[in-house]
Amino acid sequence: MKALAALAVAVLVALPAFPSVFGSYAVTLFTLIFFYGFLGQAWNVVGGYAGQLSAGHAAFLGVGAYTAALLSVERGITPWVGMFAGGALAAVLGAVVGFLGFRFGLRGFYFVLLTVALSEICRILAGNTEAVGGALGYYISFTGNPRQFQFQDPRAYYYIALGLMLGATALVMWLERRRFGVYLAAIREDESASEAAGVDTFKYKMLAMLLSSFLTGLGGTFYAFYLFSLQPSTVFGIPLSVEIIIRPIVGGAGTALGPVVGSFILSPLAELSRHYFSQGGWHGAHLIAYGALLIAVVLFLPEGAYPRLARALRRRTAPTS
Amino acid sequence: MAVGLTLIFGVMRVVNFAHGDMMVWGMYLAWLFATRGGVDPYASFVICAAVLFVVGLLVQRLLVQRIVDAPHEMQILLMLGVALVLENAALLFFGPEPQRVRSVLAQATLWLGPVFVDVARLVTFGVALVLTLLLSLFLFRTDVGRSIRAAADNPYGALVIGTDVRRVYAVAFAVGAACVGAAGALVAPLLPFQPSTGLQLSVASFNIVIIGGMGSLVGAFVGGLLVSVAESLGAVFLKPSLKELVSFSLLVLILLFRPMGLFGKRAS
Repeated sequence: MKALAALAVAVLVALPAFPSVFGSYAVTLFTLIFFYGFLGQAWNVVGGYAGQLSAGHAAFLGVGAYTAALLSVERGITPWVGMFAGGALAAVLGAVVGFLGFRFGLRGFYFVLLTVALSEICRILAGNTEAVGGALGYYISFTGNPRQFQFQDPRAYYYIALGLMLGATALVMWLERRRFGVYLAAIREDESASEAAGVDTFKYKMLAMLLSSFLTGLGGTFYAFYLFSLQPSTVFGIPLSVEIIIRPIVGGAGTALGPVVGSFILSPLAELSRHYFSQGGWHGAHLIAYGALLIAVVLFLPEGAYPRLARALRRRTAPTS
Repeated sequence: MAVGLTLIFGVMRVVNFAHGDMMVWGMYLAWLFATRGGVDPYASFVICAAVLFVVGLLVQRLLVQRIVDAPHEMQILLMLGVALVLENAALLFFGPEPQRVRSVLAQATLWLGPVFVDVARLVTFGVALVLTLLLSLFLFRTDVGRSIRAAADNPYGALVIGTDVRRVYAVAFAVGAACVGAAGALVAPLLPFQPSTGLQLSVASFNIVIIGGMGSLVGAFVGGLLVSVAESLGAVFLKPSLKELVSFSLLVLILLFRPMGLFGKRAS
């Protein structure tokens, strides 16, 4: 298993070095796979491990994106620093969401509604603040200066997204083995029982939320300086939250490799179908596929693709059982 | 009109993310009937309700039925999937342009004393009111209705006394979808719609239902009034584009301090 993973990482790092086999479209595709894998991993901390279904993660991404973009354009502060400011602000918002949701004991559907409502509030506020471009959005002019997180070469974005995804996955794998990860799993499986067993559920849910929103905020910087334009309805919208959630769910929420597997399944599907269907005037077809896949996963594969895959692999490598 | 709509949403106990999209399908069906067959939406809403009844029955029987016992989160995700399919199927078939259904009644207006009333709105409100009355009669006076309420209250107890709970769930879900379909057809002449309207409608209806209290008729009525008054006040005192902010803030407050809603019973 470990050798396999190391091989996979080595291949991913080496791939863009061969531009002849690896065209620019593939670089874009893989960049998106890594980036959404990273966002899914960030969501996974609170949504997968702690089992708190947040449907408003777009808000954290939006806050991070706007913060880094504004600091860079208005104040000249490099996004390499601004991304941490964005992450910190997103974590502050995460603390607000977490405090309200967890202190007031909102569970299940009510927690989902709270996160949706708060991200919608962010969307409306951003759309009505002229200083950040209002409903028209905020645009960053391209300079190609690496110190401003802008690169001529799309392969730079490839490596950054890969780094983000691997970093977040390593962090989650590490946490999984710590007491923290075990507590989160206990909270997910039976909150009342873990509380009775002496776990400070509020504290650990808050920590998970803070970490998750901070990471998502970091991702916001990448989003801003990869696309160079921010619209409130896109960056804070419910559809983006769905994009963030669906990958870890399909791949396997609450497992370290689930979001990565999910992103490798869904991102190419989304990109290719968007590409081909919109050429044929078939708008929305890729989202129909998403919906159908989500239904299928809930019905037939509620634990996600990765656990199934891991079992199949284990059976192949250890045929004695 | 909002109130009439609210009533329908409020009585439904199944809160699902696909409601708004089912409503949009009701609108598009009415639009199809009006443009292809020349049928006025105030007549075709019956057919729309029937079609959506079947759709609701199918969704329940084929999908929801399988995971009734699964955690709440899985049901939310499932309905999210259904919502995605429905919304984008509408996008695929009807395109992203906003549509509007014309009705003969929409041009007529009426003076009620000093008040100037739009006949279409009046009829929509009237039909919605009648539908709601019929629905509450159905829920409170018929055997099927009684078993729906029993199953919602205590599925196990209902099962013990011999209720076919699975069938009851299917009927309740289908009736809910039919109501939403009828509502869609009735509202179609009043506001322009496009596939993405579904999400807004779902969110707005959650707002109203949560604020009023789930499963409460009075609550739905008051919730609808409260939301529309608060939004109008917000539009006057702040900015028209900020009016949604008021209702979302209201939703957050209600969620925190009275999650059962203003008129809801305390849930176990």
